[in-house]
Amino acid sequence: MIGSESTQPLLEVENLKVTFSTRRGLVEAVRGVSLSLQPGEMLGLVGESGSGKSVTGFAITHLLDRAGHITEGLIRFKGQDITRAGGADLRSLHGAAMAMIFQNPRAALNPIRTVGQQIADAILAHRRLSRAEAQAEALSLLKAVQIRDPERRMGAYPHELSGGMCQRVMIAVAISCNPSLLIADEPTTGLDVTTQKVVMDLLARIAADRGMATILITHDLGLAARYCARVVVMEQGRLVEEAEPLTLFHRPQHPYTRRLVAASPTATSRIEDLVPDGERIPLVAVTELPPPHGTPLLLDVKAVSKRFDDGTVGVADFSMTMRGGESVGLVGESGSGKSTTSRMICRLIDASAGEILFDGQSIGQIPARDFHRSELRRDIQIVFQDPNDSLNPRYTAFDCIAHPLLRLMNMRSGDKLRQRVEECADRVGLPRELLSRFPHQLSGGQKARVGIARAIACKPRLLVLDEPTAALDVSVQAVVLQLLNKLRREDNLAFLFVSHDLNVVRMMCDRTIVLRTGVIVEQGESRALFANPQTDYTRELVDAVPHIAPAPA
Amino acid sequence: MGTIGATLLRAGRRFVSSLPALFGVLVFTFLLMRVLPGDPAVFFASGPNAGKEEIEVIRRQLGLDKPLPNQLAIYLYDVGRGNLGRSMMTGQAVAKDLKERLPASLELTLTALLIALVTAVPLGVLAALRPGSLVDHGVRLFCSLGVCVPTFVSGLLLIYVFYYLLGFAPDPTGRIDIFATLPPSRTGFLIIDFLLAGDLDGWWAAARQLMLPALTMALFVIAPLARITRASMLVSLGSDFVRTARSVGLSWWRIVVTYALRNAILPVITIAGIVFSTMLGANVLVEKVFSWPGVASYALDALLVSDYAPVQGFVLLMATIFVIVNLLVDVLYGIADPRATVA
Repeated sequence: MIGSESTQPLLEVENLKVTFSTRRGLVEAVRGVSLSLQPGEMLGLVGESGSGKSVTGFAITHLLDRAGHITEGLIRFKGQDITRAGGADLRSLHGAAMAMIFQNPRAALNPIRTVGQQIADAILAHRRLSRAEAQAEALSLLKAVQIRDPERRMGAYPHELSGGMCQRVMIAVAISCNPSLLIADEPTTGLDVTTQKVVMDLLARIAADRGMATILITHDLGLAARYCARVVVMEQGRLVEEAEPLTLFHRPQHPYTRRLVAASPTATSRIEDLVPDGERIPLVAVTELPPPHGTPLLLDVKAVSKRFDDGTVGVADFSMTMRGGESVGLVGESGSGKSTTSRMICRLIDASAGEILFDGQSIGQIPARDFHRSELRRDIQIVFQDPNDSLNPRYTAFDCIAHPLLRLMNMRSGDKLRQRVEECADRVGLPRELLSRFPHQLSGGQKARVGIARAIACKPRLLVLDEPTAALDVSVQAVVLQLLNKLRREDNLAFLFVSHDLNVVRMMCDRTIVLRTGVIVEQGESRALFANPQTDYTRELVDAVPHIAPAPA
Repeated sequence: MGTIGATLLRAGRRFVSSLPALFGVLVFTFLLMRVLPGDPAVFFASGPNAGKEEIEVIRRQLGLDKPLPNQLAIYLYDVGRGNLGRSMMTGQAVAKDLKERLPASLELTLTALLIALVTAVPLGVLAALRPGSLVDHGVRLFCSLGVCVPTFVSGLLLIYVFYYLLGFAPDPTGRIDIFATLPPSRTGFLIIDFLLAGDLDGWWAAARQLMLPALTMALFVIAPLARITRASMLVSLGSDFVRTARSVGLSWWRIVVTYALRNAILPVITIAGIVFSTMLGANVLVEKVFSWPGVASYALDALLVSDYAPVQGFVLLMATIFVIVNLLVDVLYGIADPRATVA
């Protein structure tokens, strides 16, 4: 832009340091961050959990928790020092000059106040209007964020709206007083890819229309690259690199950026590419023998459907087959029935109709409540989505892994059990000294490993993975995916991989099934399916994934 | 209005589902009274030297000679017709006794609950706004004292200070000076009846009489209410939506009251319901200390002389009130939280 050098930056942050006082003493979350933002610019602030990116955002807007303090540095907004602003200054700043959009939109809205009232509250906080005028203004904001049927939605409560809708309401609240700076903290994490695209497009357009400068805080490099002109990478409270997205992705300078770029799955990446050479797990070359003639299919699901008690149909007429050692991906948006399907197959819930054959034996008739007594329980194991909640907080890592061995393999405590647990830990790359720790003493990646070790302890033949890496940072995800891939090849495990991340599914799975509202839309060989989708729905899904543009030739 | 309709529907369904529990209470207390030692016929015979025949006659009059199932059937039949039996002690129908005394208990308990809520909620909010501060510790100390001191001790202390030393309070016996002219009984609640009759002097006398026992009761229940308010407010103040409210620059009052407190009040409503039910039964000590003519002291007196009917009637009354209070809490919940009608 010509002449942009002469304009004063909207926001300048100089050497910002933020510390939190915790039970274990002071923790420095941000260690000297400097950045500047021009009016109307969209800046991406990218980093993994613990990098201090959100804390930086909260420090700028003065929304740090009680425990957090700015210890050093300067925040200048429109030329004014606001580092220590408080009281009335802060109130006029909040909302009117700078606003924030938060990660979990449903939690960020008051659950017992209608969305119309909440938008009106924000308007009335800064402008002298009557309640009715504010309501009218709120309605026009709802229209601006493209909420369908806005008159009716004015009286809706957050729990009556979908996540994407809530985020639009949140955007309406944030822009209600036309702030010149908008900080969006992971605004689309937890939303479906298609919703993510719609919300981000909306946000970008509104910011452009109203000339708002935006800081997009995200862990998703692809997302930042798609919407931001400039991207800043943070690691452990420091800025490590700042560049235009294309430069950043194709010529990353800092080693951390290089790792991050490599770990972010793209439309063309392979599992092996996700981690740097030094940490790559050598893959065993497996020569796949064709199964002997007459071997039954490992899994044969015939016209299974699930109707819930309230009459809604979760899954309708779902059929699929799997051979031993095959990996099949199950993708779809939230509410598409992918988790319901996977839970029926691993016999955690009962199907309403249809048949499930495992290794030629019918297992669909065994009630889910009694399946743990079946011989086949050990053959079908599950890796759950959330590594935190799926481990018993009172069990050590050792107990977690030993539990299925005690229950399903009838092993007794003793040397043999210890040996087997340690063997499992070794296989998933969990250091043995961590076995005595409790889940809260482990990192996210280590917990994921415990979950996987537990699932493979009984040497299953089918592993159902329900979004196994959704809660993990990309660099950890890269390592976990690689580990899963290795285990699959070594044990000839079959994977049923449930995920909303198309790039991950494409890398991990031979075949993919696309679900929508409980019905199969499309299925086929993964690469072909994503390269050349046959249905509009799949195409929409594929297009919505924020891709990093391929390197210019 | 859809939400109100849904709330009423839910309340109705809850009421119907609580009927078996009420029936259970009825049968259980009946059996319990029969199992407890003590023979009412002996108690109500003319004197300690009454003959065997005389006791036998009384027993037959009372129907105590019949087999237990028959007694139960008769009792259930009577209760179904609204007849709770006759008290041997007062010689009146139990239903009439309870009807006369219930307003006294309700007046005392409701006033106490009101005082407790008006004190506890602001205290809890103050404590939550500055956790770990002097205010927080002060509130904690006050609450601990409130629960630690038994009601009869705090009652006596209050009487000593306000009646004996300072002379603010009137003679702590009963609901009203025995020589005072009573207003026509419309609701049974003296302070309301006096207001309806336009007798302000009488109202003031009744209110003064009510203050000390109500305060005694309130002191005891401020603690749970204040503690739950504090805990719930802390969660609310730390929640994402309060952060959102701060991020758009809402006023302090709006953030604390409209956003945080309105959300934090839900558990307080639940606890208030439980506290109210407990108070109704447990204020027997206060009723005794202040000679308050309530239902709890009535039931205790009856129990001491093996007078079955009043005790059974009292337990049934308590169970019914418990059900009604729970319904009320349910309805309040539906109004306070739009999500409750969906679940």
